[in-house]
Amino acid sequence: MDYINAIILLLNFTILPALTYGSQLALGAIFVTLIYGILRFANFATGDMMSFGTMFAVLLTYYFQSIGLSLGFLPTALLTIPIAIFMMIFYMLIIDKFVFSYYRIKKSPPVQLAMVSVGVMFVTQAIIRIIIGPSDRRFLDGEKFILKATEFKQMTGLNEGLTIKSTQIITIVVTIVVVSIMFWFLNKTKTGTSMRAYSDNEDLALLSGIDPKKVVLITWIIAGILATIGGVLYGLDKSYRPFVYFNNMLPIFAAAIVGGIGNPYGAFLGGYVIAFAEIFLTYAYKKFFGYILPETLEPNSLVQLLSTDYKFAISFSILVIVLLFRPSGIFEGKKI
Amino acid sequence: MRNYANVIAAYSVMLILIILVGIFQSWSIALSILNYCLISAVMTIGANIQWGYAGLINFGIMGYTALGGLAVVLVSVAPVPEAWSVGGLNLLICLFLIFSMVISIRIIIKKYKLLKNKYSIIAGIIILGIILIRFISAPAIEAIEAIDPAKTGFLGGLGLPVLFSWIVGGLFAAGVAFVIGKIALGLRADYLAIATLLIAEIIVSIIKHEDWLSRGVKNVIGLKRPAPYEIDLQNSEWFINLVEKFNSSKLNLVNSVSDYQDILKQLVIDASSVYVKLCFTGLFLIVVIALLILTQRALYSPWGRKMRAIRDNEISAAAMGKNIVKEHLLIFVLGSAIVGLAGAMMVTNDGLFTPGSYRPMRYTFVIWVMVIVGGTGNNFGAILGGFVVWFLWVQAAPISLFLINLFTAHLPETNDLKVHLINSAPYFRFLIIGIGLLFIMRYRPQGILPEKIVKN
Amino acid sequence: MAFFEGNKMTAGYGDGPDIITSCSLNVNRGEIVAILGPNGAGKSTAMKSLLGLLKLKSGYVKINDEDISKLSPQDRVKKGISFVPQTKNVFAELTVQENLEIGAFLREDDIQSVISEIYELFPILSEKKSQIVGELSGGQRQQVALGRALMIKPSVLMLDEPTAGVSPIVMDELFEHIIKIKKTNVAVIMVEQNAKQALSISDRGYVLVTGQNKFEGSGEDLLNDPEVRRSFLGV
Repeated sequence: MDYINAIILLLNFTILPALTYGSQLALGAIFVTLIYGILRFANFATGDMMSFGTMFAVLLTYYFQSIGLSLGFLPTALLTIPIAIFMMIFYMLIIDKFVFSYYRIKKSPPVQLAMVSVGVMFVTQAIIRIIIGPSDRRFLDGEKFILKATEFKQMTGLNEGLTIKSTQIITIVVTIVVVSIMFWFLNKTKTGTSMRAYSDNEDLALLSGIDPKKVVLITWIIAGILATIGGVLYGLDKSYRPFVYFNNMLPIFAAAIVGGIGNPYGAFLGGYVIAFAEIFLTYAYKKFFGYILPETLEPNSLVQLLSTDYKFAISFSILVIVLLFRPSGIFEGKKI
Repeated sequence: MRNYANVIAAYSVMLILIILVGIFQSWSIALSILNYCLISAVMTIGANIQWGYAGLINFGIMGYTALGGLAVVLVSVAPVPEAWSVGGLNLLICLFLIFSMVISIRIIIKKYKLLKNKYSIIAGIIILGIILIRFISAPAIEAIEAIDPAKTGFLGGLGLPVLFSWIVGGLFAAGVAFVIGKIALGLRADYLAIATLLIAEIIVSIIKHEDWLSRGVKNVIGLKRPAPYEIDLQNSEWFINLVEKFNSSKLNLVNSVSDYQDILKQLVIDASSVYVKLCFTGLFLIVVIALLILTQRALYSPWGRKMRAIRDNEISAAAMGKNIVKEHLLIFVLGSAIVGLAGAMMVTNDGLFTPGSYRPMRYTFVIWVMVIVGGTGNNFGAILGGFVVWFLWVQAAPISLFLINLFTAHLPETNDLKVHLINSAPYFRFLIIGIGLLFIMRYRPQGILPEKIVKN
Repeated sequence: MAFFEGNKMTAGYGDGPDIITSCSLNVNRGEIVAILGPNGAGKSTAMKSLLGLLKLKSGYVKINDEDISKLSPQDRVKKGISFVPQTKNVFAELTVQENLEIGAFLREDDIQSVISEIYELFPILSEKKSQIVGELSGGQRQQVALGRALMIKPSVLMLDEPTAGVSPIVMDELFEHIIKIKKTNVAVIMVEQNAKQALSISDRGYVLVTGQNKFEGSGEDLLNDPEVRRSFLGV
């Protein structure tokens, strides 16, 4: 029995990847939930909007690399994020002005706005594919690893290696910073409070003198920041491919609904719930049990609950269960 | 008849467009487009029943389409006896286990409502069941997939005539829709949309990854078809004579015998492909017309009025004693069955089943665009939407290529922008469809052919 | 010339029929005015017209002799007119303190002193200031609603059925609060179903029937008017 090796094994193959993936989903889920809570529709263009912002980061990274601009051991992409965010917000505001605002002023039902967002999804996908094409792109540069498995083994003398990728730490740190700033903004500033008030009770917010145009503007700005950063972090960690981003919309929706749609805290936690469930349920525990069980009990199968092919299916099953038993999300009660 | 003037006009324009494709591109392409238009029309009839009649958003169209396709494989492909002998029994046991799991969970939910830890018991049953099923099925699946993996590696089907699978496809979709409807229909409209989108994704991922059932991403090719094969036609006397007679004026101009034979051979090859497609067109037309008659009758029946009443005001309809949940479930199942039928028709038309190709963009969202563009709640509109959008979807690339060349005519052939744009021509279809949808939603939200208000 | 008045107002919803026709109401600072009448008499419509939620077809609304008929509700709020709707009159997901802060959204100056004034007026809110309003009792929520409306230091406070759905004890308490508000030199105008109680604390009252002024007078006069008593007070 070797508990330390077992823990390192889990840390390396499940906990660290789940935290990283969870952070990426969480940023997207907060984006979905903000749009839903304040602009009041399910945005089916979510994945493609994230893709749109990331596209600029990818292109700018290539450009910066060509003129020799870099951040040393950090990925160049971090340098491009502010410009990518700016482009993203610009695009979102144009879309809002020419598409969404019309239905908002008319007070169309949410279903109609959702359908309109499908149109936006088509257009955004087209623009992305026309500009950058559908292929897979890697744009990570700088130091790839903070800690390599072999180094870790040498340091500790353990059997199991622990690999820490720089993208994992960057993802987790950036997510914590961004989300903290956002919650501070929503909870502690006058504008943030007014946004929550608008989300809660639109008519009364208007009677209190809150300017809906400003609320919408700031919502898109925050959404643009979250979408771009979430997209860039995912792309750095895995790779950038438009189709994958479109598909990521699905677990992101699942995270937002699991957390109780309209509730950013819930969406944040929902991202991790989905990520941990996906990774823990599809991990093969054979080696893990090999460490913690006496040799005679060691399993000879993979001890995997579900094959990794069904990663997506897990998040959707969780979603269906939540929808059935707690449609308002598992973190009901405290909103924003 | 005046009421139908715009319907006739719209369909005539569509027909002319397809004929133009036949004249300028080729008749084979025109018929391919027409066949796919007809398949799309069946899908839109299904989606329109749900959305137009009852206001239900079903973003799971992809899932039912794939189920229809699976039905074709399971019905028409010849069974693989070796596979059945090595793993059939184990898989039947698993099927029985799943069945008993469902039954026992139902009993617990129904009979032991007050039991405190009933959810943990249910969770226990599910986890235990999954472990047991994996334990029993794993060796069987491995054995089945090992049998001639390049050709079979799956259980095969029943070896029945392929047309029979169209009905089965509808039934498959209906069965799954019944379960999904039971689970999800109580949800708010936008939740239902998301839930059905995700469930469709689960269905497709099962079809994609359970190789013993569907060969997964290895695809099933060479499916039976309800029409003759081109190669048989090319070798049959009567067909060659027919082609010869048809083109006699053209052939009479040819003098040399060898040229005559060559040209005739080419004509026969072209004609065989057109002939096969025409057979499909005929079959599809029968389905579309039959469905159109049925749905039109349903729409104007007391039941159709009831559905519209529920759609337009659920609360007052409920107050008048209509059982909304039951009606919604019925319409959800009916619509999904029609989509399943369309899925089976599509795979039959293609002659191959490619689970990897089922993507929500193409099989869910484009179908929705068709329904909305054509005219929500109007069957003629929905079918027209299927035609228009499919036509655009196929012809968008050539059209945009033409436009790109037109606008960049002054640029040299090696200009980077021009080369880039020409390479991106296929993606302009998304742009055209998206902008089309946005314009229709903004300026003609009722679609090209709006729903007619029926006054009795 | 009254401080806040709506004169000969005619209004209705969309293209529908007029709900109020030539209806006139006014209120002075430090005065409570009750609008009474049977269901469908146009009481709420009259109030919405005063606030600008409905467009007037004719007539005008003046505050301090300034015509505000063309202003949007938000702009009227800036003129010092505050409104407490009948339902959804609080931000249920926000804390008590945040509700008050949103009430003062338009104020640029330091709002802490105003908040402490509100807490003095409604001591219970001070105890629950960091609680989510959705978790409070009905009476406490009404107090939050009043407090939120008072945050702009309004000169006119309009209340749409402030005591709807609360118990008689809470109702008495709320009416006491409304009297306290009036004493801070605010013009209070309220629509009420509990006619007798409302008139007993009101300086004046209007009785509307089918969108027109039917009776008006001091609270006491109306309470003692035999016709009003018979037809509206159920005595």
